[in-house]
Amino acid sequence: MLGRTANSLFWMFRYLERAENTARLLEAALRMALTRDLVTAEAEWRSVIATLGLRSAYEALHDGYDGMQVWNFVLRGPANPGNVRNMFGGVRSNARMARTNISSDVWEAVNENWMRLEKLLARPVGQTMVGEALSAIRRAGTQVHGAFDGSILRDEGYHFARAGTYIERADSTARILDMKYFLLLPSLSYVGSSLDTGQWEQVLRSVAGARVYSWLNAGQIEARGIVEFVVLDDRFPRSLAFCRNALRENLAALARMHAADGRCHGLMRDSDTHISHLTVDQIFEQGLHEFLVDFLARNAAISQAIAQDYRFHA
Amino acid sequence: MQGRSASFDEMFDGEGRTRPAYAEYCRWFHEQPPELMRRKNREADDTFRRTGITFNVYGEDAAEERLIPFDMVPRIITAAEWRKLSKGIEQRVRALNSFLYDLYHRQEIVRAGRLPERLLRGNDAWLANMVGFTPPGGIYTHIVGIDLVRTGPDDFFVLEDNARTPSGVSYMLENRETMMGMFPDLFSRVAVESVSNYPRRLARSLAACVPPAFTGGKPTVAVLTPGIYNSAYFEHAFLADQMGAELVEGSDLRVTEGRVQMRTTRGYKPIDVLYRRVDDDYLDPLTFNPDSALGVPGIMDVYRAGGITIANAPGTGVADDKAIYSFMPEIVEFYTGEKPLLPNVQTWRCADKDSLAYVLDNLAELVVKEVHGSGGYGMLIGPTSSKREIAAFREKLVAKPDNYIAQPTLALSTCPIYTAKGLAPRHLDLRPFVLVSPEGIDITPGGLTRVALKQGSLVVNSSQGGGTKDTWVLKD
Repeated sequence: MLGRTANSLFWMFRYLERAENTARLLEAALRMALTRDLVTAEAEWRSVIATLGLRSAYEALHDGYDGMQVWNFVLRGPANPGNVRNMFGGVRSNARMARTNISSDVWEAVNENWMRLEKLLARPVGQTMVGEALSAIRRAGTQVHGAFDGSILRDEGYHFARAGTYIERADSTARILDMKYFLLLPSLSYVGSSLDTGQWEQVLRSVAGARVYSWLNAGQIEARGIVEFVVLDDRFPRSLAFCRNALRENLAALARMHAADGRCHGLMRDSDTHISHLTVDQIFEQGLHEFLVDFLARNAAISQAIAQDYRFHA
Repeated sequence: MQGRSASFDEMFDGEGRTRPAYAEYCRWFHEQPPELMRRKNREADDTFRRTGITFNVYGEDAAEERLIPFDMVPRIITAAEWRKLSKGIEQRVRALNSFLYDLYHRQEIVRAGRLPERLLRGNDAWLANMVGFTPPGGIYTHIVGIDLVRTGPDDFFVLEDNARTPSGVSYMLENRETMMGMFPDLFSRVAVESVSNYPRRLARSLAACVPPAFTGGKPTVAVLTPGIYNSAYFEHAFLADQMGAELVEGSDLRVTEGRVQMRTTRGYKPIDVLYRRVDDDYLDPLTFNPDSALGVPGIMDVYRAGGITIANAPGTGVADDKAIYSFMPEIVEFYTGEKPLLPNVQTWRCADKDSLAYVLDNLAELVVKEVHGSGGYGMLIGPTSSKREIAAFREKLVAKPDNYIAQPTLALSTCPIYTAKGLAPRHLDLRPFVLVSPEGIDITPGGLTRVALKQGSLVVNSSQGGGTKDTWVLKD
């Protein structure tokens, strides 16, 4: 496979995942805004912008954190080049570049959803349309993944796509956690007093884990349990542990196919020795924020090593 | 209604009776509920849009993709007509290859006084560094598109030869797929020659032209595209996909160890046959346009040393020149020793004083084309142009007569298209696709029918609002 094609598959799925995660983040905030007071809602919208790393770009344009302003900025704001509309454009142009390595099913799923989203995001998204737009973004992810699973040859291209998915997902989950880490410190170090279980639930909702978590924990919402679930529970498909396992498997498959290890495999092993044995208590001891910063750096380094090992660029 | 009454209609004769080739189709058509046909017509557009069969129009927003309108009434050719046409096409393509070989070798045709030398020297597509070089298998034009027009029952003419990089074959294939998807019952009632194995035939044809450096095994074939913003990117990806070839861009390639190699996830891998959809000018920045980012520095040296096959061979564009075209009857006779089976359209070379005088006197009746032009750009269609347009064109023509040829305005045949108000005749042409390899000449039955969608219009080019039709060659 061409290195450039591998790059396209990798980024096609990173953008797809990023678009989907962004939609979830907005959905969670939207829900909070509908159920809570104005001050809490504004804080939540502010945290969405901060989680996505858009604070300075956003504040250059807007004074306050009004919901509609925020979601329009995130979904389609021209001053925000990383908006969801562009992300999905990135999914499509990478799919076009990798057209000979994906099936018609996958291409059509991408193309149809792109057409739908282009229509939905062509004009400012109002109150009545935002729900539909967000669920269309999530559905796009589901449909592309479904077509991909059902029709793609399990050769190296499949594993580049999957590696991109899990690197992006781990990145997103870690960032969401990091933005809220001060809410999730163990009880003794609570900062401030405005904390409530509604805020913790928000973390779970942003990673689409609220329902599963409360099912597993009989409705008990507490910080330690949430961190354990989102970081360490390898049954939950958006947890860091799950993403790392999936990434490890896909990298191993690439090593088998190429009959060689690359730098990315070394970094993966290295990160295993540092991370996989950690318990939730040890993570709190070391500091959740410090743990997440280290995790994000390792994740990014593996991503870069994959690009190098498999000649994504000339 | 210019053209209508004077034109030959493919479906109906002068009395409005259905011609035999269309009899079964018309019976079927009249059995269909009109509402169903209206719905199918809308669906066709959605199908093309969903599958991404689009093209970009130069000069418009780079991101904009457009559909080539598809008309769901097929254009039908009888087996007997096709036998005759394909004989003529084969003869012409054989002559074209011999002609190109001769041009880049001894130039017998010039020595014999049958072709003026100035036509070569003044030709932008002429490549001096192809002189004395023989491409692998002696093949110059691996893929050729011959544009045909019809004016009467037995009157087919060649309007243009596309020996450089003919495009449109993906539409031929997708039009058929779409028709079979929309009207499966139709194909059980009418026996139509299949076109679907074109990509396989293309792959085989290309693989038969391996370069001397080929080391055995399965030849590595790649399609070179300028990238996703090129107007024909869809076709490049489509053909690569269907052939099982890699789709490469210039940035994927480099020259090492005397071969052109592509960057794979496992390292660089040599390419044996490159089906390039990049113009000569952009192929090798070391040899041609130094600003080109689309090509491969050094590929021409590799080519000349036998390290790669380039299809079509660089320099074949010479034959697309419309001044050369005007000599095609002589060219066919010179290399095949036979009379041309397919006639040219009468052509005045404006470089000749007498012809120029005639053309200037009759501008309002003629079609004037640039000798290097294509895509329907830079031409004048006298009868449909205003006095001002004609006057402006006259100035260009007088300033640079060598740059133009003129032809009579042909009464192109018509075939009905489907419209909201029922069937309506529109002018059309036909581009059959021809594959050339050392194993022989292979013509896919039919080709791409391009149709003007505006009433009375004679311009069928997709860049100028033309559409396409599925083209049927009936089985005997």
